[in-house]
Amino acid sequence: MSKRFLMGNEAIALGALHAGVNVVSGYPGTPSTEILETIAKNNKDKSVYVEWSVNEKAALEVAAGAAYSGARSLVTMKQVGLNVASDPLMSLAYVGVKGGMVVVSADDPGPISSQTEQDTRHFAQFAKLPVFDPSSPEEAYEMIKEAFEVSERYNTPVLFRPTTRVCHGCADVEIADSFDPHKPEGFVRDTKRWVIFPRASYLNHVRIEKRDPVLGDEFSASRFNLLTGSGRLGIATHGISFAYTSEVLADAAGEYKLLKVGTPNPFPEKLALEFLNGLDEVVCIEELDPVIERALTYTVGKHHLGVKIRGKLDGTVQPAGENTVESVRDVLSKFLDIKYKRQELPPLPELPVRPPVLCAGCPHRASFYAVKQAVRGRKAVFAGDIGCYTLGNAMPLDMVDTCLCMGADVTIAQGIHRVEPDTLNFSFIGDSTFFASGMTGVVNAVYNQTDIILIVLDNSTTAMTGHQPHPGTGVTMMGDVCAKVSIPRILEAVGCSYVRTVDPLDLAAAQNAVREAADMKGVRAIIMKSPCIAVTKPQRLFEINSEKCINCKKCIRELGCPAIVLTDGRPAIEPSLCYGCGICAQVCPVKAIDRPAGEEAAK
Amino acid sequence: MSNILLCGVGGQGTVLASRLIAFAAMEKGESVRTSETIGMSQRGGCVVSHVRTGRSIASPMIPKGSADIIIAFEPGEAVRNIDYLKPDGTVIVNKKAVKPVTASLTGSDYDGSAAFGYFEQTGRRMSIVDGDYICEQCGSPKVLNIALLASAAATGELGLTVDELKDAIVRFMPGKFHAMNLKAVELVSGT
Ligand code: SF4
Ligand code: SF4
Repeated sequence: MSKRFLMGNEAIALGALHAGVNVVSGYPGTPSTEILETIAKNNKDKSVYVEWSVNEKAALEVAAGAAYSGARSLVTMKQVGLNVASDPLMSLAYVGVKGGMVVVSADDPGPISSQTEQDTRHFAQFAKLPVFDPSSPEEAYEMIKEAFEVSERYNTPVLFRPTTRVCHGCADVEIADSFDPHKPEGFVRDTKRWVIFPRASYLNHVRIEKRDPVLGDEFSASRFNLLTGSGRLGIATHGISFAYTSEVLADAAGEYKLLKVGTPNPFPEKLALEFLNGLDEVVCIEELDPVIERALTYTVGKHHLGVKIRGKLDGTVQPAGENTVESVRDVLSKFLDIKYKRQELPPLPELPVRPPVLCAGCPHRASFYAVKQAVRGRKAVFAGDIGCYTLGNAMPLDMVDTCLCMGADVTIAQGIHRVEPDTLNFSFIGDSTFFASGMTGVVNAVYNQTDIILIVLDNSTTAMTGHQPHPGTGVTMMGDVCAKVSIPRILEAVGCSYVRTVDPLDLAAAQNAVREAADMKGVRAIIMKSPCIAVTKPQRLFEINSEKCINCKKCIRELGCPAIVLTDGRPAIEPSLCYGCGICAQVCPVKAIDRPAGEEAAK
Repeated sequence: MSNILLCGVGGQGTVLASRLIAFAAMEKGESVRTSETIGMSQRGGCVVSHVRTGRSIASPMIPKGSADIIIAFEPGEAVRNIDYLKPDGTVIVNKKAVKPVTASLTGSDYDGSAAFGYFEQTGRRMSIVDGDYICEQCGSPKVLNIALLASAAATGELGLTVDELKDAIVRFMPGKFHAMNLKAVELVSGT
C-alpha cells in the first residue's frame, strides 16, 4: 500500500482499476468528469477500453454489453445523465449482468453546477438497484471495489453515488500497489437470459423482490455502515454530511448514537433496528432527498417502535441545498443541547456580484452578438441549451430565453413555433450537445416541417466540463486519431433547407448568414465554427487607442467581454485577459480598437 | 492542524496553490483534506479552495471561524470569506481588485478600497501583496499564487516555512517555472 494525494474522482477511478475493470464508458458532466479522465490517464498500456460515449444512454449500453460478456465495466455520468440512461438502466435491472457493472452517477447538492437536486439513492429504489454512497475519497476507493463484488455476486448492475464534495475533495488515500486483472469469459449465448420478454421480466421481478431482503441483511453487516455510541438520542447521516457531523460532534459532550448509512438501498433494516432500539428521538442529517429519514420512519412503523424521527420532513433540517458544518451544527446544537457561539462580525461592505461569464475571446460571444444584431427589430425567441453557452443569458448579450436539458433547445423551439408561427425561432446548441441529443430533434423538425433556425456553436470541444473530445474532434480516449463526424454533412443529409458554416469572429459574414437564413423557410442551420480559447493559442492582442476613442462605451455595453474594463471612466483592454478575438474592434464605431503594429502575441 | 482558505476569481490560480500546500504537507507526513470549486464558477465567478492539514480531519470544508489564514487573490473575495477566519487569524491579500464584467456594465466604481477599509475597521492581521509589481518583476502573471503563498509562509502561519515552499516549488512544478517562481518568493519574503 502507498499514500497518494487524490481527488475523490481519482480515488474512484483508481479503485475501479484496482478492481480489474475492463471497459469504461461515460459522458462528461460535473462533478463526475475526472473519473473517466483519470482512468484514461492511467491506461498507458491500453489494457482497459475507455471511451467518452455520445451520451449517457449509449455509455450505459456499451458498459452493459461488456458486462454481458463477463467483463467488469464502469460507466460514469452526472445525476441528470442518469435520466438519459434510465431507459436501458431500468430494464438492465431486470435482465442483470454477468461481469460486475458499476454505474457512477454523481449527485450535486446545492445544486452547484446542475439543473436539479435529484437524488440517485431515490433512483436506486425506483430502479431496484443496490446503491453505494461514499463519504470521503478514502472510502470511495474501498467502496467501488466492494460495488463490483456485490454486482458480480448478485448479477445486478450497482449504482455508485458520490456527491460533489466527495468527487472534488482531495485527501491522502492509501492505495494498493498491485492488483489482479479480471479476465472476461466472453459472451455466451443464452436468449432466456439476455433477451427481455414479459414472461422473463415477471420472473426477474420476483427474483429481485426475494433478493432485496437478503442483500439488505448483508448490508447490515457492511463495513460501510457504521453504528456507534449509546443513549436515547440518535443521529442518522450519510455521505459528506457524515464528515460535517463528525466535525461538529468532535466538540460535543453528551450521549448519542450515530448511524452512518453507506448502502441506502436495499436498506440495512437489521442495523437500523439495532440503532433505533432504546432511542426516543432521531435526527436525520441528509442532503437531497430524505431517503434515510423515510426508511427509518417506515422501520419505526413496521416494528411499532415509539421513536420520533426528525429531519427534512418535519422542517428540522433544511429541505434543499447543500449541508455545511454550520448547518449541521445549527441542527445538532439544538438536538443535543450543545452551546456554541457564532462569531459576530461588523456588516460587510458591498461586494461585487460575480456571475460566471463567457471567457474573454470566447467565440460564443461573437455568435450570440451576430445573431442579436442580424435580427434586431424582428420578433424572435432564442432557445438555449446546456454548456458554456448557457452563459449567453447574461447581460449585455441576453440571448438565452429558455434552457431545460441537453438537446431541448432544438425541440423547445419547435413547440414555441407551433404556438407563435410568426416568430423567428432560434435554437442554440453546442457541438458536443448536438451529438449527445440534438440530432433527433433536428430530424423531428425536418419531418414535421417546423420552421426553426438552428445555430450550432461548434468550438471543437466539450468546454464546460473541461475540454473532452467528442465525435466531431477526431480523437478518442484511447489516444487514437479517428475520422471526424461532420456536423454540416449530417444536417444536409437529414434535409435541412439551408446549411452554412461561418466563422463567428467575422461578424459581418456571420450576420449575413443569419439574415439570409432568417428570410427562408424550413429547418435552416448555421454552424458557427471557431475553437474554444482553451484549445487554441491566443492571437495578437488588441488595444484601445485613447486618442481615437470617443468614449461611447459601445464595446462595453454590447459585448460584455471581461477583458474590457472601465478605468477612470474610460474603456481599456486588460492585456492579461484579452485573447485577441477582435470582435470589439469590429464593434467600435470609430475604429479605435486595433492590434498594435508589429507586436507578437504576449502570451 | 492548519486550516488555510484560498479565495479569488476563477482563473487566478487558486487550485494550483492549494495543491502545492497539500503536497508539501503530505511530504511532512501530515494528513490533508482539500475542497475546490470546479465547474461553472471557474468562468470568472468566485472560487474558494479549502486546505486542511494535520491529524484526523473529518470535513474537507473549513468550519466558519476556524481558518488560520486566508490567502485572498482579490481584496473583495477576502471580505466575502472573512467569516471563515478565526478571530486572531491572518489575511494575506493581493492589492489589486478584479472588477467583474457587471461592474463595467453598470459603471460601478468597485476598486477594492472598501475591502481594505473593512479590514482596518475590524483590526484583522493583514499582509498586502502587490501582486502586479511582483508579476511584472518576474515577467509573468502566473507567479501571483506563489507570491501570495510566500507572503503567507513568511507569517509563520502556513504550516510551511519559506524554505519549504521553495523546496515544494522545485519538487512539484515543471522545471521551466522554477526560476520565475523562486524569484517571486525572494521578492516577497526578502530571502
Ligand atoms: S478585448 Fe476585444 S479582442 Fe480582446 S478578447 Fe475581448 S473582445 Fe476579444
Ligand atoms: S466602442 Fe470604441 S469609441 Fe466606443 S468606447 Fe469602445 S473603444 Fe471607445
